[in-house]
Amino acid sequence: MSPLYIARSSKIAARNLGGEMVIMSARDSTLFNLNDVGTAIWEAADGQSSLEEIVERKVCAEFDVQAAEALRDAESFVRELAGHGILLVSDTPVDRKE
Amino acid sequence: MTTLMEEMNQRALDLGVPLSVHLDVTYRCNERCVHCYLEHDDRGEMTTAEICGLLDQLAEAGVFFLTFSGGEVLMRMDFFEILEHARARLFSVKIKTNAFMIREKQADRMRDLGVDSVQVSIYSHRAEVHDAITKLPGSLKRSLAGIRSLRERGLKVIIANVLMRQNVGDYAGVQALARELGVKFTMDPTVTPKMDGDRSLLELGIGGDDLRSVFRNPDLVGNVEEFCAPPPAATGEILDEVPCSAGHSACYISPYGDVYPCVQFPLPSGNVRRQKFLEIWRHSSQLNEVRSIRLHDLPVCSTCAHVGSCTRCPGLAYMQGNMRGPSSQDCEKSFARTGIPSANMLAQKSSAVTSRLVQIAGLARLPAPSAQRAESAR
Repeated sequence: MSPLYIARSSKIAARNLGGEMVIMSARDSTLFNLNDVGTAIWEAADGQSSLEEIVERKVCAEFDVQAAEALRDAESFVRELAGHGILLVSDTPVDRKE
Repeated sequence: MTTLMEEMNQRALDLGVPLSVHLDVTYRCNERCVHCYLEHDDRGEMTTAEICGLLDQLAEAGVFFLTFSGGEVLMRMDFFEILEHARARLFSVKIKTNAFMIREKQADRMRDLGVDSVQVSIYSHRAEVHDAITKLPGSLKRSLAGIRSLRERGLKVIIANVLMRQNVGDYAGVQALARELGVKFTMDPTVTPKMDGDRSLLELGIGGDDLRSVFRNPDLVGNVEEFCAPPPAATGEILDEVPCSAGHSACYISPYGDVYPCVQFPLPSGNVRRQKFLEIWRHSSQLNEVRSIRLHDLPVCSTCAHVGSCTRCPGLAYMQGNMRGPSSQDCEKSFARTGIPSANMLAQKSSAVTSRLVQIAGLARLPAPSAQRAESAR
């Protein structure tokens, strides 16, 4: 499987509210509330690190979860957010936020 | 079922986070609306740097929803610089404007900067009525052109229709216009006193019959039976609730840096030019007093049949003289909806009868002054 790179879109509103990230899509005003694992992935989505690296560094290292399972869940999670224009997903590093 | 938005509000309340801030960037305006509660002279607005610094503080404080309003926001030449700074801090930004100055360039920038929504005041679908209220000839035409520019770029637009004596017959026309433009429509029958306490503007507000008619229009209120239903019985749980979000998870900041619980609640609570925003938010004695009030603390309203369903605005009550007192405008609304008088209305009626009786009793006991004068003259 080729690596996935994720970057936070600039067309969103976001705030950390008591340790959990609240994000609103500017496209459809859908509101998302990320749990601590989702927040960790979101905050690491710099466009330069692959999802696999992020999962290894931010999820497996800090939460009690198997790497393969975590990566599968993370991929499903980032694709859902990408569907709402909240994350940009690419198979090459993302230089610019859109 | 609790929505995510309700959960977010509750979490903000629990954490003491100011989730929503309304920031007026200027009181200057190109229109002179007959019902406007502001003075339009510039008494020393915050500079671009001051506002950007404030936005940094608001982001740090956890503010998520940020409303830019005025005055007319586009009277500030630096408005887009401020907006860009706000969006870089990832606020969900709503802009309130009359859209008169929104052309293609401005609409492009609002779209590119990811503004959540733009609210535009439209008073009538008829230029002669709208322009007479704004006192700016050609304003309806220009505002509608601005709305079209925003819509063509996919921005969410809300038409806000304040109802007054001057335009009470036109809301259906404005609603049809909103449908044609593909934008949302909201109606508000509340005219508020001026920030300086002058209540003369209230004469522009619509009266009982018009309110009753508005509240029985399904196009405006949805399910009329539900909307106008008698209020539910007040439970202890209801009486323990906070009156509204003002000062709890929301506040207002003026162009001069003054912090208030809400734009309709002009209780001076601090100034961001003298103190950090968070210091005011957490430690202002005024905000803490507002926060201490629960519905059971309201001497008249806690005894009222409407306490569980009233739209009582603590700011309007404050402007009426007591932040723990009733807001007569909301009493009128509750009465217009349900036909059931509020405790405040009943108390006033009873006090009017009592004072008349006292007057009659006094006249019976004392000789009339004119008779005394006539006797002395003889």
